[in-house]
Amino acid sequence: MRRLNQVLVAICCVLSFACTKKNEGGGSEAATEIKVGQYGSMTGGEATFGQSTDKGIRLAIDAKNAAGGIKGKKIVLITEDNQGKPEEAAAVVKKLITQDKVVALLGEVASTRSLAAAPIAQQYKIPMISPSSTNPEVTKRGDYIFRTCFIDPFQGPVMARFAYNNLKLRKVAILKDLKSDYSLGLSEFFAKKFKELGGEIVSEQTFQTGDTDFKGQLTRIRSSEPEAIFIPAYYTEVGLIARQTRQLGIKAILLGGDGWDSPKLFEIGREAVNGSYFSNHYASESPVPATQDFIKKYKEKYHETPDGLAAAGYDAAQVLLLAMENAPEITPTAIRDQIAKTKDYQGATGKITINADRNADKDAFIVKVDGKVLKFVTLLGP
Amino acid sequence: MQELVQHILNGLNLGAIYALIALGYTMVYGVLQLINFAHSEVYMVGAFASYYGAIQFHLTEKPGWGAFAIALLISMTVCSLLGLAIERFAYRPLRNAPKLNTLITAIGVSLFLQFSGQVVFGADPKVFPEVLQDSTLYTFGEIQIQLFDVTIFVVAIVAMLALNWFINKTKTGMAIRAVSFSFRSATLMGINVNWIIAVTFILGSSLAGVGSVLVGLKYPKIDPLMGTLIGLKAFVAAVLGGIGNLPGAVVGGLLMGLCEEMVVAYLSSTYRDALAFGLLIFILLFKPSGIMGQTRVEKV
Repeated sequence: MRRLNQVLVAICCVLSFACTKKNEGGGSEAATEIKVGQYGSMTGGEATFGQSTDKGIRLAIDAKNAAGGIKGKKIVLITEDNQGKPEEAAAVVKKLITQDKVVALLGEVASTRSLAAAPIAQQYKIPMISPSSTNPEVTKRGDYIFRTCFIDPFQGPVMARFAYNNLKLRKVAILKDLKSDYSLGLSEFFAKKFKELGGEIVSEQTFQTGDTDFKGQLTRIRSSEPEAIFIPAYYTEVGLIARQTRQLGIKAILLGGDGWDSPKLFEIGREAVNGSYFSNHYASESPVPATQDFIKKYKEKYHETPDGLAAAGYDAAQVLLLAMENAPEITPTAIRDQIAKTKDYQGATGKITINADRNADKDAFIVKVDGKVLKFVTLLGP
Repeated sequence: MQELVQHILNGLNLGAIYALIALGYTMVYGVLQLINFAHSEVYMVGAFASYYGAIQFHLTEKPGWGAFAIALLISMTVCSLLGLAIERFAYRPLRNAPKLNTLITAIGVSLFLQFSGQVVFGADPKVFPEVLQDSTLYTFGEIQIQLFDVTIFVVAIVAMLALNWFINKTKTGMAIRAVSFSFRSATLMGINVNWIIAVTFILGSSLAGVGSVLVGLKYPKIDPLMGTLIGLKAFVAAVLGGIGNLPGAVVGGLLMGLCEEMVVAYLSSTYRDALAFGLLIFILLFKPSGIMGQTRVEKV
């Protein structure tokens, strides 16, 4: 009898799941809506990346909807969490395209996950705009893949120039993440330019995403006596690395890239990250009116200062909305053609022009970590 | 030279963490001959318990030994209760079942806790509250010795010595040894086997609780999957030292930490995890009972 009850309960559970699925599936309003998909790391080791990007995108889309939408249609944003895993990114993007039938995709921040999703978007010919993936390979996946940020062959050399010319550094060590396309690419471009300028890379050490102990690598770096350590990685690891650097008594300046930008950087790294510099998509202190306008709207909606990824998400959404506005009809191909024509759009992160390689030509902001505040240092062009 | 000394220190500090967790594996194995794979998840829950406890009681406002003790107490209590619950509901019903069934259950409990953790605590890493501030104790040239590192090391050694004393010198300890030897005969001798096994789980789990607070302070990033790798490595450390043998767990842990550090320093971080499991295979091939494990019947 007890066995039978258990079986019945199990069957009921399955049935109730099946029923809810069916109710969700009723998409008869499709004619009055435009569906846009967003995939990002809403949870996982880079959770603030996904969350900030989503907030930025929603700000842009809500404003557009409040102003009447596009061609009288409301824009619906469907956000899917990929938990920070590349295989999950591929799965949710496939779901967004085949089940939700989105006309365009926004995402991802991390290059590894954009690279996992891009071939799928390309295969189904759905335009995808990455707000902040900087690895050059991402947009090489096909003519439907765009980005509204600079790329690492630009970001790396910018940081190298800043280290050599502005900070007058000559000996730099590198600590890079072997599992991240972003980290490997960025460190390579940095090292190349820094050596070209006449600097020396005194030590190059590696780790892997998810590691918590970096003392072995840092002890090696300490013996090479660098003036600075370049750490092209994401904020969680950077925070832990910074702490252990100081615990080992290393006084070198820490340098990084846009992967550092998160409110959690200071929470994890505490005083150890203070005085570090990194290249970013935006600085909240930038005097550009478009940036200040974005910050004002963002603060009104979310009551916090946006980070660079929120700004980048906002801009990617704006570029997409503009393309939809200009497209003769709302089809993925028509939208794609319009995104490719984006020229001199003044966004929160700077002027965006999509070039022939489907990347954006933009300047990089250099910021200095000072507690929870990121101080604007300088703006560097190509 | 200084670099080598620093590497050795780093390795010992890392090893002390493995040792602390390995003690828990070895305790339970010694009594039940069960590899309690859920141990690493008990450790994870301990970290979250002290995280939420610290927020609840505002422990970060006045960090110090007091706040540290409260965090430790919360973590140990929650871990003990969880360990007890796992034993009562997952392992006890299977006590007379073949060993393989219990082993698979242990893996099941471990996965269950990992993924429930993701639902309950959220999958994004949390920053462990700073209930105690780290400071530099000694400086010799470039080498600095940090308070947390010393604490972890001392706690691991003291825990090992205390457990050893408890097992060998107290009445309950004698009962534990009796149960370990044969729990049927122990029952005949009037020993309450259920109680003794519960005590073992309380001891092992509260050690995981201590470990979680210490590691949380040292590497202030906690997430629901934090136990997986550290648990596996601690398990390898326990096997390396001779599973069921308390000093062996500590020796195994320290050795693991040292080897890992040397691999990272002089080879490449890529081989870091490969080494742990390479060592396991090596040990199983040449000395299946581990460094300090004896092939005698008495365990713990």
